[in-house]
Amino acid sequence: MSLQPVSLYPIFAERVRSNIPVALVTVINGPHVGATMLVSPSTDAVGTLGDSELDRVVARDALGEVEAGRTGVRHYGPQGQTTPEDLIDTPTVRVFIEAFSPPPTMWIFGAVDFTAALAKVAKVLGYYVVVCDAREVFATRRRFPMADEVLVSWPAPLFTQRGAALTSRDAVCILTHDPKFDVPAVQGALATNVGYIGVMGSRKTHAKRLERLAEVDITSSDQLSRLMSPIGLDVGARTPEETAISIVGEIIARRTGRGAPSLRDSDGPIHK
Amino acid sequence: MRELLNDIERWQQAGKQIAVARVVDIEGSGPRDPGAAMAVNEDGEVVGSVSGGCVEGAVVAEALEILRGDKQPRLVKFGYSDDEAFAVGLTCGGIIHLFIAPLTW
Repeated sequence: MSLQPVSLYPIFAERVRSNIPVALVTVINGPHVGATMLVSPSTDAVGTLGDSELDRVVARDALGEVEAGRTGVRHYGPQGQTTPEDLIDTPTVRVFIEAFSPPPTMWIFGAVDFTAALAKVAKVLGYYVVVCDAREVFATRRRFPMADEVLVSWPAPLFTQRGAALTSRDAVCILTHDPKFDVPAVQGALATNVGYIGVMGSRKTHAKRLERLAEVDITSSDQLSRLMSPIGLDVGARTPEETAISIVGEIIARRTGRGAPSLRDSDGPIHK
Repeated sequence: MRELLNDIERWQQAGKQIAVARVVDIEGSGPRDPGAAMAVNEDGEVVGSVSGGCVEGAVVAEALEILRGDKQPRLVKFGYSDDEAFAVGLTCGGIIHLFIAPLTW
């Protein structure tokens, strides 16, 4: 028996391919096992889990999950009850909410050798990669075939046009070393909600950059503490490729809130 | 599941029955996170994976039984000290919960 009046798979596949955030919601235990619903922002849910009140409550929760890019199992009463008192002596419905959110984005400023290596590693991790440099001769598709976009632009226009779309899942990596370029890039990044801002340069460069940032009124510790500068984990990276690994390692560690020691030298479960 | 769409559609166009197994939960150390998926068609062809290769064979057998109608869509648990599902362990010592169902939606 199928509860679905329409075929959901084509809608699901179309949204996933178009990078429209969608939650694939499936009853995995309880009445109507296998019943499926699709939930996306700004549109009605499609499909049913077998009870209209359950549909309403789960759709609400799934919307939150898809916006956060979270996937997991939730428990409800047969009519969507969520409070513990209502669930006593009631069979539970277990629902798997799988969030398909667009891939995270990495913007890399500066078209240098490190950029090619970082773009390559970011692609392995599933990022949508944008390379941006104001110098036309360097910012070419030929030099960065692995990037999704190569833009010849100063940082400010890019942040003005697209900065609002950056979220905590995204990253901005500033690899230029040139204050003309990296000061406006840092300014632009700080004005967004981007989750990671890394800025390349020696400790000396970093100190000088802080002076330049002070000249444009970026002095508060709230702002400066968002900057990962010098960029990357201290793994002794030398080559552009090793540096790229140290940068993405830092992005992962910042996201998970870990101090990034070797697994051998730490305790507890590997996957938390 | 994103990476399975092309193969699923190729099978759909060929009129094949398809089952999808997805990791819905992990306890302890699990090789793949919830959402990892594999698809199996009625001929036993497989795309994707749900572990580091430890349990895929058993998942295919289960998926084919579900496609034949011998079993209902269901949750299946694989783990280190597993007594209710299969005598297949995960080398990492964790437990993974899979939901296996025909793709009829």
